[in-house]
Amino acid sequence: MNEVTLYTNARLLDPESGLDIKGELLTINTEIAALGIKVEAPKNAKIIDLKGNCLCPGLIDMRVFIGIPGEDYKDTIKNTGEAAAAGGVTTVCVQPNSDPIIDSIPHIEYLAIRAKNSLVNFIAMPAVTKQLEGKEISEIGLMSKAGHNFFTDCSSTIENAALMSRIFKYASAFDALIITHLAEPNLSKNGCMNAGDLATRLGLPGIPTAAETIVLERDMRLLKSSNCRYHASQITCADSIKVLKNAKRDGYNVTAGVAVPHISLNEYAIEDYRTFTKISPPLRSEDDRVAVIEALKDGTIDVIVSGHDPEDPETKRVPFEQAESGVIGLETLLNICLEIYHNDSIDLLSILAKMTSNPAKIMGLKSGRLKIGAPADLCVFDLNVPYRIEAEKMISITKNTCFDGRPVQGRVVKTVVGGESVYEYAG
Amino acid sequence: MSTFQPSFPHQHLLGIEGLKEADISQIIDLADKYVDQNRQTNKKKDLLEGLTQINLFFENSTRTRMSFELAGKRLGADVINMSMSTSSIKKGETLIDTASTLNAMRPDLLVVRHGSAGAVKLLSRKVDCAVINAGDGKHEHPTQALLDALTIRRRKGRLARLTVAICGDVLHSRVARSNIHLLNIMGARVRLIGPPTLIPTGAEKLGTEVFHCMEEGLKGCDIIMMLRLQTERMHGGYFPSISEYFSLYGLDYEKLAHAKDDALILHPGPMNRGVEIDAKVADDLTRSAIQEQVEMGVAVRMACLDLLTRERRGVN
Repeated sequence: MNEVTLYTNARLLDPESGLDIKGELLTINTEIAALGIKVEAPKNAKIIDLKGNCLCPGLIDMRVFIGIPGEDYKDTIKNTGEAAAAGGVTTVCVQPNSDPIIDSIPHIEYLAIRAKNSLVNFIAMPAVTKQLEGKEISEIGLMSKAGHNFFTDCSSTIENAALMSRIFKYASAFDALIITHLAEPNLSKNGCMNAGDLATRLGLPGIPTAAETIVLERDMRLLKSSNCRYHASQITCADSIKVLKNAKRDGYNVTAGVAVPHISLNEYAIEDYRTFTKISPPLRSEDDRVAVIEALKDGTIDVIVSGHDPEDPETKRVPFEQAESGVIGLETLLNICLEIYHNDSIDLLSILAKMTSNPAKIMGLKSGRLKIGAPADLCVFDLNVPYRIEAEKMISITKNTCFDGRPVQGRVVKTVVGGESVYEYAG
Repeated sequence: MSTFQPSFPHQHLLGIEGLKEADISQIIDLADKYVDQNRQTNKKKDLLEGLTQINLFFENSTRTRMSFELAGKRLGADVINMSMSTSSIKKGETLIDTASTLNAMRPDLLVVRHGSAGAVKLLSRKVDCAVINAGDGKHEHPTQALLDALTIRRRKGRLARLTVAICGDVLHSRVARSNIHLLNIMGARVRLIGPPTLIPTGAEKLGTEVFHCMEEGLKGCDIIMMLRLQTERMHGGYFPSISEYFSLYGLDYEKLAHAKDDALILHPGPMNRGVEIDAKVADDLTRSAIQEQVEMGVAVRMACLDLLTRERRGVN
């Protein structure tokens, strides 16, 4: 029995092909079967009128912390799936810092079992080094062959340059992608916000942008002798962007991402010690934020992530220095990103590419595109509707968003995973 | 004291930043009057009779806590001291829980010192009474800046257009930050003198001129504020040795000679003699106002306690 659905009256947006037309899209079972201005649908097709809303590939979020298993009190897989669906995110890349740490095939399989019935796709992103300790390489070869050829030590930087160099060399044999967190440990230690005059005024220890840039520079130097695929998970400053630009120009296999807060906020969001703005890397200066947007526009930065990180509110209701880093973001990924479309900083397809086709390409996923045969993972959104973000209304249990009360424009109204509707905006 | 007592336009005193020139003058003017009262044999007044003042210190302190205690007692308040070491806090109760607990006891004044920047502000949001910041991390220590200002004004007659050099470990100093704000608001010129490793990033943007050569920085200064070298907050590599530090940044007569002849020396205490300041200079009563600062401290804190309770005492 075939499950056939025809989406009509849609603005089809496919960043990969550059498609932006009013048209229709047909899904049969779990795949996209046809798309165009007019699609000939089988008689048994269920017809869904999208009323002129945008239809793009479901979003792929390359940096999501769920802390599950281990910290199940923060949120559940089921609930995280619902939050993702509400944000139009159809694929969630789970960071490995759960308990136990995801650093081998059994752990990947364990997550797959636990996430089997969730609304969206959960993909484990295993650790580069065993136990995230930055000492020994995890079983990159075996995991790559099992289809998980993307690795990250999520929130830690591999300090040992010799090990890093060996990781690059080893990973290149398996076409594995190494995703890095850029924070030189000594420069970042004790720091809790961007170094600069604001940190000085607030009396908070700062983390200079150099902490990020020198690790990136080191890695580029080390990559010279291997052809490893490299992805910097979060770029936050102008200096790093320069390094990236040069590396890309010189033909390195390098891509980079940025987290939503670094696009839409600068360090001044912290004023009055708002712990809900404490993230790692920290919010940077306005000049850096503007540079990030410029880099999104010119393609130096390829990916936007939410960096979704549920933190128990108790760990945020303490003095800033002691507060945990991290904000949730699955439900605000698209609407906050649309800000820079609405203020004419970037065109719609380019911004969507950073959350669909680009991460798909980097990670080797079939989703992230509107194409015949691609998974029917879809995101439908109203591009223009204005409203305010309300933390209390969020699905994520911990509510630690840095965007509470922010006026936005654009809302996900429907999410489809594998041809099945998993979210419908109820109004 | 005059019968007209204007109220203070702030509920708390959490920092100097955000105060206006008039607010600062109001505190210092009142404190000036309390200096006279404190010099009389009968120092006690019943202004704060029936009010409860809790001194909540999460960080060790002797002089500041005593100064606040004395200030409260001289005004007739019931003063309770609570010392909470940070380790006992880590074991259980959060800062916010502590605040709620204390608030339920209905104090009228909370004087709080905490090791983390912003902690006093966080606490102030959870209580109904007036809160005075007695030092929060590296952020602010407003009453210290106010007592420095009173000391200077009594000696020099004004604050405006004076050149003030703040010397030494500015990086770790909340006293320096509060003083930078206060002196800028009052129209003084602020210089910072110290090795680049002890001057915080972006210090110029706070309205200061930075010098790394002490002799040069002291040239033409009216006031020299020495800071305590906070070695307990340093973990390696800020400067090569104490002897090099003293030789380059310790205040001795030789360096003092570069300042104005009548330049006044301040130090928030406790002093490290032979580290940031030469013992003889520190004890030179013709140049140093260090003892006077302690006296002004009590008066300034009395003024703050008085002003912040005016509304609840129904004084206008």
